[in-house]
Amino acid sequence: MKYESQRVAMPYFIFALVLFAGQILFGLILGLQYVVGDFLFPEIPFNVARMVHTNLLIVWLLFGFMGATYYMVPEEAQTELHSPLLAWILFWVFAVAGTLTILGYLFVDYATLADITMNKLLPTMGREFLEQPTITKIGIALVVVGFLYNIMMTALKGRKTVVNIVLITGLIGLAVLWMFSFYNPGNLTQDKYFWWFVVHLWVEGVWELIMGAILAYVLIKLTGVDREVIEKWLYVIIAMALITGIIGTGHHFFWIGPPEYWLWLGSVFSALEPLPFFMMVIFAFNMINRRRRNHPNKAAMLWAMGTAVMAFLGAGVWGFLHTLAPVNYYTHGSQITAAHGHMAFYGAYVMIVLTIISYAVPIMRGRPYGNSNTAQVVEMWGFWLMTISMVFITLFLTGAGVLQVWLQRLPESGEALSFMATQDNIALFYWARLVAGCFFMAGLVVYFGSFFIQGQASPAEEVRGPATQDA
Amino acid sequence: MAERFTKSMARNIYLGGSAFFILLFLALTLDTQVRAMPERDNRDQLTDQVVRGKHVWENNNCVGCHSLMGEGAYFAPELANVFDRRGGGNSEVFKAYMNAWMNSMPTNVPGRRQMPNFNLTEQEIEDLSAFLEWTSKIDDNDWPPNIEG
Repeated sequence: MKYESQRVAMPYFIFALVLFAGQILFGLILGLQYVVGDFLFPEIPFNVARMVHTNLLIVWLLFGFMGATYYMVPEEAQTELHSPLLAWILFWVFAVAGTLTILGYLFVDYATLADITMNKLLPTMGREFLEQPTITKIGIALVVVGFLYNIMMTALKGRKTVVNIVLITGLIGLAVLWMFSFYNPGNLTQDKYFWWFVVHLWVEGVWELIMGAILAYVLIKLTGVDREVIEKWLYVIIAMALITGIIGTGHHFFWIGPPEYWLWLGSVFSALEPLPFFMMVIFAFNMINRRRRNHPNKAAMLWAMGTAVMAFLGAGVWGFLHTLAPVNYYTHGSQITAAHGHMAFYGAYVMIVLTIISYAVPIMRGRPYGNSNTAQVVEMWGFWLMTISMVFITLFLTGAGVLQVWLQRLPESGEALSFMATQDNIALFYWARLVAGCFFMAGLVVYFGSFFIQGQASPAEEVRGPATQDA
Repeated sequence: MAERFTKSMARNIYLGGSAFFILLFLALTLDTQVRAMPERDNRDQLTDQVVRGKHVWENNNCVGCHSLMGEGAYFAPELANVFDRRGGGNSEVFKAYMNAWMNSMPTNVPGRRQMPNFNLTEQEIEDLSAFLEWTSKIDDNDWPPNIEG
């Protein structure tokens, strides 16, 4: 750690991981409710558990991105953070507001929550992923503005690297697109159309810039490959992400009212969306092959490679599977969507946050060359347990989805099974998914365990060739 | 990558490409919103009651279990076509169905998925029914494939 103020990343990472554990716990509750319908009813109905599961995901990833940014920007800019105090204040504001919101979901029924937070004045609640009370949404906007101010002041006074520029562009895009969460017209098709401006353009647009920047940063540090080479790749990858992803939004416009030209626009561009992820795989493996140093933090290297591969599988391959309009007509809103969502979020965003944590946390804890071998071995066990479990979760949900389409969607009206009858028929897949979910939780426990293993810190790296001084 | 492909070329592809596609997306959005949607989204029948029904839908987080035009949760049935499935396309039949349904929740059948009772007033159930009826008439390219949603 070159700059003392990078340390403010630590509370962000710790809180992110705590929320991650909560997200997985609620995921298990949901998985069980899929097969034991009245589990925890009426204390925690499905809609509440789901809202907690998805909102925790969004919030912990945001904490992770913010931690990553606080760690990376000062080092890239070669200057201390503009205001560590502001970073701490915003941490507590965000943490307290986030916790209160989750407690609100759990302990007050949703209509009452809407009522006491005066949703009537500016109704924005009750839309998937944007369930947060309006007051929380305003809070998120203010925290992000304060955060951006702090980061931009830091970046502007220092060295302007491509990693910093791309990262900050992504964060500005995140803030700007968040504004659409405040727009909730009475016309449902318009509501849905602009709702995707937040949801799709985040995960298939600006978040990819953030992810690309973090991956590029970690690869610069771990491989010692010339920054020029990595930055060129970064530009090409994010160019492809935006070129395909922006019009690719069209694959969400097939069945919600917009005109028919979106059917082929959405199909063509989203068929290209796996490209940036494929390039990310080539990029990561290429850089590792060309590495000029063997960084002793093997766990961080594993996370970085894993991110590229799993993001390609989840966001790329599983996205492509059902993105063409004639296929999507049958799979839209089925368990196939859920399968894709799980692997895409894990591969692209969960793993990139765990990558930067794996790289940065040992350094902040005084181990510049990574944790002890024992700790790294345990961490890598966590990696494999979680990642393989997620592969199985995805496969079981895909099986459930295929059967669901077969029984409920393909037959003509009159011959098709009803939704609930179909669900009974695919229960076996849900049980299997729940078992895989339990293994995921076990993997998470193992991963957490690695933080408590001391042992000898790794020795200094073996330099393979003339490593650049900067890296 | 070949040496001739420089970083500034990569940057220009990024800047030019994203600027072009952002502008294209904005133009398509304008066309969709201004020209195409009024003919497809059934807005001439968008009454105050339908908007009130949308707020009943939102304030009770119905999308946390159900999907609507395929979006939401996949725990409970699709409702964009529930007007046709349960009301047979008749407003009065649908309202009567909705009243009976909402008031008989939860079923408390052991092991079955449960829908909470949201204690809606008769007026709220009517508004919600009007919203779902309006939604069923949006031109959504004939989705879902059949009545089961």
